[in-house]
Amino acid sequence: MAEKSATKEKIARQPMPEQAADVRRRNFEEVPTGYSKETAVLEARRCLQCKKPACMTGCPVGVDIPGFIKCIAEEDFKGAIQKIWEKNSLPAVCGRVCPQEVQCEGLCIVGKKGEPVAIGNLERFVADMARNSGEGELPSKAAATGKKVAVVGSGPSGLTVAGDLLLKGHSVTLFEAFHKTGGVLVYGIPEFRLPKDIVASEVETLEKIGLNIECNMVVGSIVSVEELFEEGYDAVFIGVGAGLPRFLNIPGEDLVGIYSANEYLTRANLMKGYLFPKYDTPIIRGKNVIVFGAGNVTMDSARTAMRLGADRVRVVYRRSREEMPARAAEIHHAEEEGIEFHLLTAPVRFLGNENGRLAQMEGLKMELGEPDDSGRRRPVPIEGSEFMLDCDLAVVAIGANANPLLTQSDQEITLNKWGYIEADPETGKTTKKGVWAGGDIVTGSATVILAMGAGRIAANSIHDYLTLGW
Amino acid sequence: MFKIVKREEMAQATVIMNEIEAPRIAAKARPGQFVIIKANETGERIPLTISDSDAEKGTITIIYMVVGKSTALFKTLLVGDAFQDVIGPLGKPTHIEKLGNVVCVGGGTGVAVLYPITRGFKDAGNNVTSIIGSRNKELLILEDKMKAASSEFHVCTDDGSYGHKGFVTEVLKDVLDNNKIDLVIAIGPVPMMKFVSKITETYNVKTLVSLNPIMIDGTGMCGCCRVSVGGKTKFACVDGPDFDGHQVDYDGLMNRLRAYQEDEKKAYEAHCQMVGTK
Ligand SMILES: Cc1cc2nc3c(=O)[nH]c(=O)nc-3n(C[C@H](O)[C@H](O)[C@H](O)COP(=O)(O)OP(=O)(O)OC[C@H]3O[C@@H](n4cnc5c(N)ncnc54)[C@H](O)[C@@H]3O)c2cc1C
Ligand code: SF4
Ligand code: FES
Repeated sequence: MAEKSATKEKIARQPMPEQAADVRRRNFEEVPTGYSKETAVLEARRCLQCKKPACMTGCPVGVDIPGFIKCIAEEDFKGAIQKIWEKNSLPAVCGRVCPQEVQCEGLCIVGKKGEPVAIGNLERFVADMARNSGEGELPSKAAATGKKVAVVGSGPSGLTVAGDLLLKGHSVTLFEAFHKTGGVLVYGIPEFRLPKDIVASEVETLEKIGLNIECNMVVGSIVSVEELFEEGYDAVFIGVGAGLPRFLNIPGEDLVGIYSANEYLTRANLMKGYLFPKYDTPIIRGKNVIVFGAGNVTMDSARTAMRLGADRVRVVYRRSREEMPARAAEIHHAEEEGIEFHLLTAPVRFLGNENGRLAQMEGLKMELGEPDDSGRRRPVPIEGSEFMLDCDLAVVAIGANANPLLTQSDQEITLNKWGYIEADPETGKTTKKGVWAGGDIVTGSATVILAMGAGRIAANSIHDYLTLGW
Repeated sequence: MFKIVKREEMAQATVIMNEIEAPRIAAKARPGQFVIIKANETGERIPLTISDSDAEKGTITIIYMVVGKSTALFKTLLVGDAFQDVIGPLGKPTHIEKLGNVVCVGGGTGVAVLYPITRGFKDAGNNVTSIIGSRNKELLILEDKMKAASSEFHVCTDDGSYGHKGFVTEVLKDVLDNNKIDLVIAIGPVPMMKFVSKITETYNVKTLVSLNPIMIDGTGMCGCCRVSVGGKTKFACVDGPDFDGHQVDYDGLMNRLRAYQEDEKKAYEAHCQMVGTK
């Protein structure tokens, strides 16, 4: 007995095997290669099986974390995936992109003294194992209710609503504006962080259980929400994301060579611009690249630029390191790949060459002043600190706003002052009868797991509405 | 899949007309709106204005000039073949109302875009004068349709092979000198729209142009289509494609249209080589 607990003490957090930084910075293959069975079991044995698992309180969808980890430790991988699926329908995605360090792992008891249990890596392992072995049986479906639901937007919130309602026996049609489903998971997050065949396989599973998908459908333009009801849908869920790029609004921003992150990543990921000319969509390959911002989107853009052959990639951010909102792993990976960080720096204007293409950026040094509304210390410019940087590509990744295309087409759906949809946090109900909303179009840019959580809440409420009438 | 039900080659096969089965889009399309078309899995998303639509038949008509790899690929599609993706109707419809005297100026394939708008203004009870132009007689498109949709009709060719010898702007000046015009609509190559707007500005006549920047999504999510209008950044796909011609930064637009010139040339050459050796 004594020996067993002694070994438990000794197991160190199992590192995630990854492609070496100097290799991966030039290819689009996934960076971490995943735990082996042995490593996963070893890591799972680090979990203390707490009576009051703190980790679970940090999980927005309440996955039974010690429960699935116990299954792994006992090598019951089927049991593990079943446990996860009870609460999370996209574990292969979440294991890869959730900010575990501020959620489950940030609260893990083991992490108080040493390094927390690698919950994300374990979740990913279980999901990949189920997908690769084809062992994940399709979940069983309730008897058909005869009710029809329209889900608008195929990001994580829409996919969650669709999956949940299908299992509850409703007929579900998913309307997506792009020619491919997945939302940010396909157009935003790059292949090297989330392989697109994983997203495709999640969607395929939903199709197998009966999901009807209509791509190329810009709701609000080709069909209005009102018309969806006229076409016989009993309820509508809106999960259209926050797809309106923010620009810096400084001189020279329309020069060729300056992209919004949305455009840059859509060209690279959805349109597969990195495979040009095999794929027809071109993308500018900069040698000297600047990326603005400090979130996941910034890191994704910077690392994409490196993979497209840049000599130098610089992230320019006007605040300091503590304020960088990206996942710790992304910042770490970016640094390993040779991406430079110019913190407390703000752009002033862009200058072009004689061909109207970006050539230089003028910047300004900042220092931290008094705290602002967000409680973060406000960056203030240092007078006379102007300097020039040469660059031939710049990507603006400073956030997104609400896209009004759908919302302005329906006056009954109330918006808040930023243009996001007002939805009841307990139910996802909007101010229009029969219409629910969730994900980034309600909260503003957030995370995959929060969008999924909102989808789950809405699905439960829609189910109540369709079966009980409230 | 969106099947081609009718196909015509125009202007010595440099311009192609496709009537495409797209019932949902046909039911909603209004003059001035566009679609985004992607031929196949590896294809690019290309914006094209809807030149005509038939809600009853469930079809829309597009007309495009073969200028690069993507349009060369489109050209290989025949009746019975299909486009993988057609997304629309996108953009704001042209604001059509009864104003009195309206002049419609079209150049090159811009005439395809101009046609439904011309018809719309005529149907709304306006006296419509149309001026269309091309490099030579062979490259002129939609002459009969435009004629039928106009009260007065002029043709110009650069080489004088047909109609007035010279630019549309010359005829336009003449029309503006002799009539009180309420609105000019100019659609065609960017330099043409720029010069038309320059002239109408001196006559103080309101002018609408339809812009065709490079696009990706067509729904306002990428900002690829941004143009400066009156000093403000606008997204042509959602704020346009129609804008006040006197406010547009045409040089900026032309610069952005050239963004991928090198890449496009390479892709087109590779495509021609591949097709040639087949
Ligand atoms: C580059 C990038 C990296 C990110 N990295 C992370 C990360 O590491 N971890 C994390 O947790 N989160 C990350 N996020 C955030 C996360 O992806 C989003 O919070 C999440 O995807 C939001 O989901 P959603 O369902 O609300 O909408 P989205 O994923 O935005 O999907 C919305 C879908 O609706 C479609 N749509 C829009 N308008 C219409 C319309 N009118 N009609 C029909 N369809 C429409 C869109 O095309 C899109 O497919 C990242 C975001 C980006 C952009
Ligand atoms: S807090 Fe950490 S140790 Fe405790 S149950 Fe959760 S993962 Fe296991
Ligand atoms: S094409 Fe993307 S915003 Fe207009």
